[in-house]
Amino acid sequence: MTAEPVSATTTAGRDPRIAAMGRAGRGIAALGGFAATIAFTFLGLLAITFFIGRVIPIDPVLAVVGDRAPQEVYERVRVEMGLDRPLIIQFVSYVGDVLTGDFGQSVTTGRPVIEDLARVFPATLEMATLGIIIGVALGVPMGVIAASRQSSLTDQAIRVIGLLGYSVPAFWLGLIGLLLFYARLQWVAGPGRIDIFYDGLVPTVTGLMLVDSLIAGDLDVFWNAVSHLVLPAAILGFFSLAYIARMTRSFMLDQLSQEYVTTARVKGVPERQVIWRHAFRPIRVPLITVIGLSYAGLLEGSVMIETVFSWPGIGNYLTSALLNADMNAVLGATLVIGAVFIAINKLSDVLYRVLDPRAR
Amino acid sequence: MSDLLDVKKLRVTFPTASGPVDVVKDISFSLGRERLGIVGESGSGKTMTGRSILRLIRPPGKVTAERMDFEGTELLAISEPAMRKVRGARISMVMQDPKFSLNPVMTVGEQIGEALAVHEKLPRRRVKQRVLEMLEAVQIREPERVFGLYPHEVSGGMGQRVMIAMMLIPEPSILIADEPTSALDVSVQGEVLSIMNDLVTRKGMGLIFISHDLHLVSAFCDRILVMYRGEIVEECRADALHAATHPYTRGLLASVPRLGETRAELPVLDRSAWETA
Repeated sequence: MTAEPVSATTTAGRDPRIAAMGRAGRGIAALGGFAATIAFTFLGLLAITFFIGRVIPIDPVLAVVGDRAPQEVYERVRVEMGLDRPLIIQFVSYVGDVLTGDFGQSVTTGRPVIEDLARVFPATLEMATLGIIIGVALGVPMGVIAASRQSSLTDQAIRVIGLLGYSVPAFWLGLIGLLLFYARLQWVAGPGRIDIFYDGLVPTVTGLMLVDSLIAGDLDVFWNAVSHLVLPAAILGFFSLAYIARMTRSFMLDQLSQEYVTTARVKGVPERQVIWRHAFRPIRVPLITVIGLSYAGLLEGSVMIETVFSWPGIGNYLTSALLNADMNAVLGATLVIGAVFIAINKLSDVLYRVLDPRAR
Repeated sequence: MSDLLDVKKLRVTFPTASGPVDVVKDISFSLGRERLGIVGESGSGKTMTGRSILRLIRPPGKVTAERMDFEGTELLAISEPAMRKVRGARISMVMQDPKFSLNPVMTVGEQIGEALAVHEKLPRRRVKQRVLEMLEAVQIREPERVFGLYPHEVSGGMGQRVMIAMMLIPEPSILIADEPTSALDVSVQGEVLSIMNDLVTRKGMGLIFISHDLHLVSAFCDRILVMYRGEIVEECRADALHAATHPYTRGLLASVPRLGETRAELPVLDRSAWETA
């Protein structure tokens, strides 16, 4: 019996030069498409935030002039703010302003919104990043271990920890954490980003306290910032850990019943490699979605944690802007959060392609 | 005939809500350097038999046997690390559907290479060379290119050749093939079978061929076990299948359609003939 020549998927083009040109062309086209989708999504985001800002029953003029201003002052400010123009014209000029980095003035702080955001967003970014690092570094191994020893004592313990992360209120955990580690044990510093006598010692470059202090080479400031950061970040980390561990566990359980995991065992592969090489590798893609979503959630700013720890982050900023009808600040902060979501989504799209050969 | 594998009173039990259920009931058989076919319908315990030899039945499933002797080693008595040295290296298994049994995120070369590397310490270059030789042995053209492909980039027939290459590369003495061609097109079934047959006979291995296809098994194997409800109901030489005595086997044979025949009605299995209520 003669075997037919076996051919797998055909690759485009026999001539390598044509193939190379095709590849380069496709690469540029893909990049263009990528940029276009980002721009389009961002425009959609702008439109939604803008129109929501205009339809909610908050009068931005009143927020500026106060409710006891005479009618002519009110009218003058309304014209100055451009609110007498048609909505579509207002939107176009809003997009123009945003693209040139002009988010308007904040009524509550009296500063340009862009400056406020440059101050509050890094505070949240620093806390959220450390939080997600803790969440991933502990949550993923916990999920994998729980799944590989299903219904053992370890598994039960990890599931209880996960359940706690879901059900314990953030502010309570924050207060208990402060009481225990700050007031009693004095392992960490208290609320705020830095002790008052370290404040303003290092020049602001990135707005991230840890990075700025390292750039300035001031280790005292660095360690002080760390001791302020570690508790709120650990609490955020705990919440994302709960979600990440739970999802990792269920992804892994699904993997461990796959035929190719049995194949690996048939080959005589040791159990640890069966788990990490054969079962864990395929779940990296869905895990990226889970991690990306938790990270984006943390970057929105946890109002509870930021309040308990007096953290000058974007969650606090957005909440107080909302309560004061400070529309420029609300729109600016919403835009930043939206942009973060878009960025994280696009980043996970790119990572999919790197990690999953089927998505290339 | 020197036996490679001697199984006596093998029993596989699973606990259920209504008490333990034996899916394999005290079966005994032996395997030499031959092709042994195990046929049976779904749920007859043929797959469980194959997997219990490799101790792949996961808890809460339980495997017991009076004897499961493989070249002088009692398989049920040795430790898990010792069992790992048997798996792949000395007893190996080709699984049913390459779509599910090959890891989707590892290249073909990486997966075949791993099967060799877990048992033999070899430099990377040498592993790659052996993998390429093995790919050639299962009649894959352009092994160099296939080496770097992912499983979703190869066809079912090629996937199963990859599977065979992976399971034969450490040169085991027994190959268990669990429905190795059931997921393939009829047109490539024959090719895959002949490649497997070729390698198995050339290396003098024992083959356990598990299938539900009575005719395929009788054409391909030397000896046949017919399983029904966890028991071996018939054991015969493949060429003597027509002389089978058990009513189940006879019933199966009778209900096979033949080309060019005229029968008003194809008989169906009448289970009341041998089942006691």
